Amino acid sequence: MAVEERDNHTGYLTTGHEWNGIKELNTPVPRAVYFFLTIAVAFSIGYWILMPAWPLGVTYTRGLLGIDQRNVVAQSLKEAAADRNVWTAKIQSESYAALLADPKMMAIVREVGRPLFGDNCAACHGRDATGGPGFPNLTTTSFLWGGKPDDIFNTIRVGINSAHKDTHVSQMPAFGRDAMLPRGDVLKAATYVYSLSNPGAKNLDPATVAAGKKIFADNCVACHGDNAKGNPELGAPDLTDRFWIYGGSLDAIDTSVWGGRQGHMPSWEGRLSELDRKILTLYLLDKRTQTP
Amino acid sequence: MSIFGFHYQLERKAIGLVLGIVLVSSIGGLVEIAPLFTIHQTVEDAKDMRLYTPLELAGRNIYIREGCYACHSQMIRTLRDEVDRYGPYSLAVESKYDHPMLWGSKRTGPDLARIGEKYSDQWQVAHLINPRDVVPVSIMPAYDWLLSTDLRTDDLSAHLKAQRAVGVPYTDEMIANAALDAYGQANPDSPRAEGVTKRYGKATTVRPFDGLPGRLTEMDAMVAYLQVLGRLTDAARKPVAQAGAVQ
Repeated sequence: MAVEERDNHTGYLTTGHEWNGIKELNTPVPRAVYFFLTIAVAFSIGYWILMPAWPLGVTYTRGLLGIDQRNVVAQSLKEAAADRNVWTAKIQSESYAALLADPKMMAIVREVGRPLFGDNCAACHGRDATGGPGFPNLTTTSFLWGGKPDDIFNTIRVGINSAHKDTHVSQMPAFGRDAMLPRGDVLKAATYVYSLSNPGAKNLDPATVAAGKKIFADNCVACHGDNAKGNPELGAPDLTDRFWIYGGSLDAIDTSVWGGRQGHMPSWEGRLSELDRKILTLYLLDKRTQTP
Repeated sequence: MSIFGFHYQLERKAIGLVLGIVLVSSIGGLVEIAPLFTIHQTVEDAKDMRLYTPLELAGRNIYIREGCYACHSQMIRTLRDEVDRYGPYSLAVESKYDHPMLWGSKRTGPDLARIGEKYSDQWQVAHLINPRDVVPVSIMPAYDWLLSTDLRTDDLSAHLKAQRAVGVPYTDEMIANAALDAYGQANPDSPRAEGVTKRYGKATTVRPFDGLPGRLTEMDAMVAYLQVLGRLTDAARKPVAQAGAVQ
């Protein structure tokens, strides 16, 4: 097998193989390799002792340093909260009016609120909070459930028609589909509602509007009020302003009266901290002053 | 050197070398993977962990069929920025009944591990029909056919049975009623709805997910599945709730 043959020129052994007179040297492994191999073994032994490493049946060695990534995360969250404490304490303790009047705090609210809104609210209400078909524009003064700071904060907390126990509940009945009104009456009521926000509209038949007013008085005032100004206690929208969630054209209003509406906003109490919800409220109030 | 001397000898024995290679390359698996099956802490205990209903399981199958996992992960890692953005990090127990698991590591879209009940059904439906309608900058493909395709329910019992074969504790009653439960979960006013909460627990959401009561579509299944992601157990909220208490 192994042939002991020393190469005279280098002094190393050969492998004993020969190809057309050429022999292969069996050069020893360089010392540097042993050096780094020793360091690697020593490091791993140290690592086994210090870090979680060896399985022991139903448990494992925890390591002397007691490092657990879950504690690392908890610790880093704690540190982050402590870092933010400089201004979070102020947001938590001060009133909305005081915070809104403080440009320094509002600069922070804008900076922190934007990603918070983007991660949680923008999917429905849009990146700039201007909403979309079926999802309300939050930069207007028209809030279904009240636009005062506490109202907005509460709506974020409980949601609308959500799973929260204190949720806002509202439903616009499907007057047409559920046969509460005949087809013609739905259109008349819709025409009257359209005329409220379009007082100058010329193409409306006054008789239809008058008939619609009567139907409105019989069916709609319970929620929307005698003057159709809505009721934030019930989440009933003001029908006389220019803000519409599902569209303010005659066609869109007719669709809403025919098929009803039941919007849904999730509750954020279980997902966002009280502080985050207060920041979002301030962020929205700030958006609103920017876009009257 | 003696270890090289041993190797010198081993290299000359083909079978011995092959066995040696097999032995060395299995060390990683033996030390890092095999013990997870015996170590108690691997999978946390969660008494409130509930099963996927047949409708949610059907939605999961559609999720796999459409390749959603190629762009969306379902795994929030134990890192601060992930917890800040998505919520409590994922626990192993939350994937206890996921066969196969859909953790993934590729995020072209956001992680979906905590998407359940984050947005409304209406939003999920509108977004699946055409993502650009609600998120103008989205690059996600549209899945509008989900709303016009009726859900196949005749094979749901077989799917439940297959899940049971790999360890999900579905009962005979659940398997027998799979198709009816799928219908009932999306039709709260039907007489089938009651059986769903009876068999799968009060936490089960029963509602017309796609907004079309009376009809069972693939959209129902998909939205039901998305709305249950991260909500099979509350276990994950506990450790982070403690960490959050200092805020």
